[in-house]
Amino acid sequence: MKDKVTNILISGVGGQGILLASEVLSEVLMLAGFDVKKNEIHGMAQRGGSVISHIRFGTKVYSSIIPDGEGDILLGFELLETYRHLSLLRKGGQVVANDLKILPPPVTLGKEQYPENIKEKIRSAFSDTLVVDGTRLASQAGNPRTVNVALLGAISGALPVGADLWHDTLRRMVPERFLETNLKAFDLGRKAAPVKS
Amino acid sequence: MKRCMLSGNEAIARGAFEAGVKVASAYPGTPSTEILENITRYPSVDASWSPNEKVALEVGIGASFGGGRALVAMKHVGVNVAADPLFTLSYTGVRGGLVLVTADDPELHSSQNEQDNRNYAKFAKMPMFEPSDSQEALDFTRLSLEVSELFDTPVFLRSTTRISHSKSVVELGQPVPSQPTKAVEKNPAKFVMLPGNARKRHVVVEERLRKMEEWVCQQPFNRIEVGQGKIGVITSGVSYLYAKEVLPDADILKLGMVYPLPKQMIRDFASRYDTLYVIEELDPFIEEQVRAMGIAVHGKDILPICGELTPARLKRALTGETNDSFYVPQDTLPNRPPNMCPGCPHRSVFLTLNRLKAFVTGDIGCYTLGFMEPLSAMDTCICMGASIGNATGMTKVLDPQEARRVVAVIGDSTFLHTGINGLMDMVYNKSHATVLILDNRTTAMTGRQENPGSGYTLAGDETYQIDLEALCRSVGVENITVVDPYDIAHTREVIRTEMDRPAVSVVIARRPCMLVKHDPVKKKAPLAVDPNKCTGCKACLQLGCPAIEWQPEAGERGKAVINPLLCCGCGLCPQMCQFDAIGGRHEG
Ligand SMILES: Cc1ncc(C[n+]2csc(CCOP(=O)(O)OP(=O)(O)O)c2C)c(N)n1
Repeated sequence: MKDKVTNILISGVGGQGILLASEVLSEVLMLAGFDVKKNEIHGMAQRGGSVISHIRFGTKVYSSIIPDGEGDILLGFELLETYRHLSLLRKGGQVVANDLKILPPPVTLGKEQYPENIKEKIRSAFSDTLVVDGTRLASQAGNPRTVNVALLGAISGALPVGADLWHDTLRRMVPERFLETNLKAFDLGRKAAPVKS
Repeated sequence: MKRCMLSGNEAIARGAFEAGVKVASAYPGTPSTEILENITRYPSVDASWSPNEKVALEVGIGASFGGGRALVAMKHVGVNVAADPLFTLSYTGVRGGLVLVTADDPELHSSQNEQDNRNYAKFAKMPMFEPSDSQEALDFTRLSLEVSELFDTPVFLRSTTRISHSKSVVELGQPVPSQPTKAVEKNPAKFVMLPGNARKRHVVVEERLRKMEEWVCQQPFNRIEVGQGKIGVITSGVSYLYAKEVLPDADILKLGMVYPLPKQMIRDFASRYDTLYVIEELDPFIEEQVRAMGIAVHGKDILPICGELTPARLKRALTGETNDSFYVPQDTLPNRPPNMCPGCPHRSVFLTLNRLKAFVTGDIGCYTLGFMEPLSAMDTCICMGASIGNATGMTKVLDPQEARRVVAVIGDSTFLHTGINGLMDMVYNKSHATVLILDNRTTAMTGRQENPGSGYTLAGDETYQIDLEALCRSVGVENITVVDPYDIAHTREVIRTEMDRPAVSVVIARRPCMLVKHDPVKKKAPLAVDPNKCTGCKACLQLGCPAIEWQPEAGERGKAVINPLLCCGCGLCPQMCQFDAIGGRHEG
């Protein structure tokens, strides 16, 4: 365990709240005492483009980039973007995928096809796959904009951090008026996934 | 000490505050923008957006000559704009410390080239620090200001996208005690760079570099990390992290300052190894200097010059091993390129230019996305402000019928950055081209920063708002029309008329960006397609709006639908529909 670095990827579409999710995640890990590095490319990606965030934690982390085939966990906010980034996962890696399709421009223009049966393809390559309906969890929590935090809840069980620290961190990072719904969304997400460690 | 997660840019801002910086100035540009945005958290720093990078540096120089510490930040290409004052600043030196942050963009994540600005350090004869993570970004910002005053020189701090935008754990430091303001100091031999004075200052510059070259050999920011003693590596910046990942057992000479190099230290280090690598991203900047010292090294003979170095690319170059994915999707996946937002006021202008078969000399901003399908209406893009001069030059060599088609398209922030100079030239030298200013009231591309035309400062205070019409009139443009780009027919009529006019004309398309920070635009209720009226003609798709989706299975030849979560009711698509199929939403 000592020198092991854990590699987490969060993928999705610009505007889905990935930045906040990766901020909260890396903050929690830092507070839990780990060395943490996180990176994502903003800029052109903001305007509805594909977004990928890399988060690495352990005793000592050098590079913030996760090479192909070395990811431990992939949290996908959108099905195509989950599927696209599977190449980053190692054998036996874990996938948590939000059950949502957002059509990219070449597809809405009728020029290219959105791939079929994505969920089945993900499951057959990675048996440790959990598909969650983030939209439903967020509306249950009472705020459709809490999908990102619900999804964080869904991977939280796979990480060596207790629920209390997550709650404390959300309390510090989420604006007061959205706090209650975000805490609820987090708990709903956490319940939706089996706790591993 | 407080530990926190900071991005490189946040850490640079914090370092400036801790170092007692009095003035910070910049022009936005990815990946540097968040430095100034974060400095606004520290009220002791006077932080402002300048209209361009040259002005930003000149403001910093003024602050330094007035005795205060200054930070100036820009993206790599910004240094090209600021290069003129920079090279002479190197001669004058400073009074208060001055650090120039250059944020480079290897891999061109968000830029028009991937120039390696370490070359500027050698060219301008200035020292350059290069941090490897956020902690060093903070520490080296502080150090830069100290070194600047110690050696009477401006100092570069070079970041790259991976440093600026990565977050890592940082321990904050104590701010230095605040310094009292000083009186002006007349010192023409140092500050007035006429030939007689500058000639003498050049000698000082060379002497300064010689002294620094010895000094850097004793500084802790250049350090040797001992491994197993078989392989030697010289590296710096983000490449250091990759070297540690790929060659954990190597001995590493980690350079915190990449110019001037600690030559004696390098000689001693190099003499111990049969195999010596210089591991660096982009140009062989360190490698060439090491080779010039007569030392044999491996570098760009095996490492790529183009693009980012990554752990995987480094591993492949050094060991031949590739990083294999366990699983790769076998289908061809649709791309997801960035797109203009729903309700973007730029969209209809490019549709119009496409329809009018204009040849568009373009510029840089969100509107550069107008080059993409289906709008496909931007034909050149070089650098900020280039569109207008490009149009002038092009019309000089085309026959009049072809020249009529040439339209320069430029955003409001870009126009005020360096476009206005081109417009002066157009009038002065009697060009006939048409200039379109896309005035969306903000600097949208880099994340909606204020500019001299937006009416607000970096801190969010109200300020004078440049009157673009009056500005264009004052340089001699007689034909100036303002259009609302949400009115497609009128916009088209005006642009067509002005293209035909044998004189300089300016058309200002004015509509705020959907995302402006102050006076936010209220979204209107989403629109809907009436499936009974939609004939599947696809006219609305020509807008390339992300909210309009094509349903191939619907009807005989497919139908359009509007995604109510994305639509903001801008009203462009009803103007495209000949069948009156798009309107307000009705239940049921
Ligand atoms: C010399 C230089 N500085 C900064 C940038 C980064 N940059 C690209 S476009 C842009 C501003 C665009 O603003 P505007 O012209 O108003 O167009 P908008 O994005 O709002 O459509 C900036 C700052 C650059 N490419 N070159």
